[in-house]
Amino acid sequence: MGIMSKSPWILHYDGSSCNGCDIEVLACLTPLYDVERFGIVNTGNPKHADILLITGAVNEQNKEVVTNLYAQMPDPKVVVALGTCATSGGIFRECYNVQGGIDTTIPVDVYVPGCAVRPEAIIEGVVKALGVLELRAAGKAQTHTPTGKVKA
Amino acid sequence: MTGLVGAVAFVVLAPVVGGLIAGLDRILSARLQARVGPPVLQPFWDVLKLLSKRRALVTVFQEYYAGCFLLFAIVAGAIFFGGGDLLLTVFSLALAGVFLVLGAYAPNSPYSTIGAERELLQMMAYEPMLLIAALGCFMATGSFHVDAIYAHPTALVGRLPGVFLGLLFVLTIKLRKSPFDLSASHHAHQELVRGLTTEFSGPTLALVEVGHWYETVLLLGLVYLFLAALGPWVALAGVVVVYALEVLADNIFARLTWRVTVASAWTVAAILGATNLLAVHYLKQ
Ligand code: SF4
Repeated sequence: MGIMSKSPWILHYDGSSCNGCDIEVLACLTPLYDVERFGIVNTGNPKHADILLITGAVNEQNKEVVTNLYAQMPDPKVVVALGTCATSGGIFRECYNVQGGIDTTIPVDVYVPGCAVRPEAIIEGVVKALGVLELRAAGKAQTHTPTGKVKA
Repeated sequence: MTGLVGAVAFVVLAPVVGGLIAGLDRILSARLQARVGPPVLQPFWDVLKLLSKRRALVTVFQEYYAGCFLLFAIVAGAIFFGGGDLLLTVFSLALAGVFLVLGAYAPNSPYSTIGAERELLQMMAYEPMLLIAALGCFMATGSFHVDAIYAHPTALVGRLPGVFLGLLFVLTIKLRKSPFDLSASHHAHQELVRGLTTEFSGPTLALVEVGHWYETVLLLGLVYLFLAALGPWVALAGVVVVYALEVLADNIFARLTWRVTVASAWTVAAILGATNLLAVHYLKQ
């Protein structure tokens, strides 16, 4: 296990979720799940974060915010789409202003479906993301430019 | 010669001790919140990870100022543990703080600017009490030199109880603990969490973290100095109790406003600190 997965700092962004998934993300920090046991910290700051957790779909208003947050995170980094809305647009998919899942805007590494996504599933998703993060740190996984294009 | 040994020991060992203190701090905080908390070595993993992240700067001055902050935190501690001048230690520590503020101002980001402004207010709050503490040591022992103060036969805390309490008060500000963690907090429940360090990332943030470890060890050394004549074990136990109380305060208080911070720190400096100095002065005559 490399150093990257020993200290994953998280940035949580609420796209246009119903807040169901967000409550579950915060539940991970509570005494019952206590993800700080694994060194996971909810930083709330893209410049400190290694993992971007996004709940909710991308819409016309927040797509720039999502790309901006993604661009501000220093490499290596991974993105986890949490909940059905974030993976595909979910029940909001047909709304006039919704663009779809997170992967319509930035590259997503791990998809965690569920409505709402359970804390156990979130933790598992983060663990999967750590695997990708390690590979990326070692230069063995695809990396992207700040705007989300695949780097040659 | 012993001075040099002390200074070198500080430079080498302080990051280890400071990192362990930070780890224990996080575990204790977690336990107070009915959580298990991270492993004790977590702060070291954090810093190693930060060092392995890509270097991303808004402006190169950030890196320069963060480096200066670390350098002067080390210089301040080396002077102190080398048995040098206490006043020089306090001034070097202030200089380190100023570099951190400059580093936070450099990227011109709103969050980081608020953090920098609050850090200046915090410095304004704690600086008088730190100076009074140094002055108190001089009045009680007749020397500004740390080795002379350290070798003094009677415990400083007996002559300077007010100054000691005042020092503990400003220690809360200096260690970035609630209710005085205005510019940057360790916990995500405040209105501005990473004000001062918002724009520092990766290796630059690691410099700031390590600088903070050095500062912590230096400040706890200052607490130790007040208890030194009671014997190493009692003094060490005193330092542990003081730090545990700081962590407790951090977990039970909400953040106060900058007005209350500055006003209370100055009031404490005036009432506890200055009165104590006057008492020492007149009792001598
Ligand atoms: S997946 Fe369900 S719970 Fe989560 S944001 Fe969408 S609608 Fe809400």
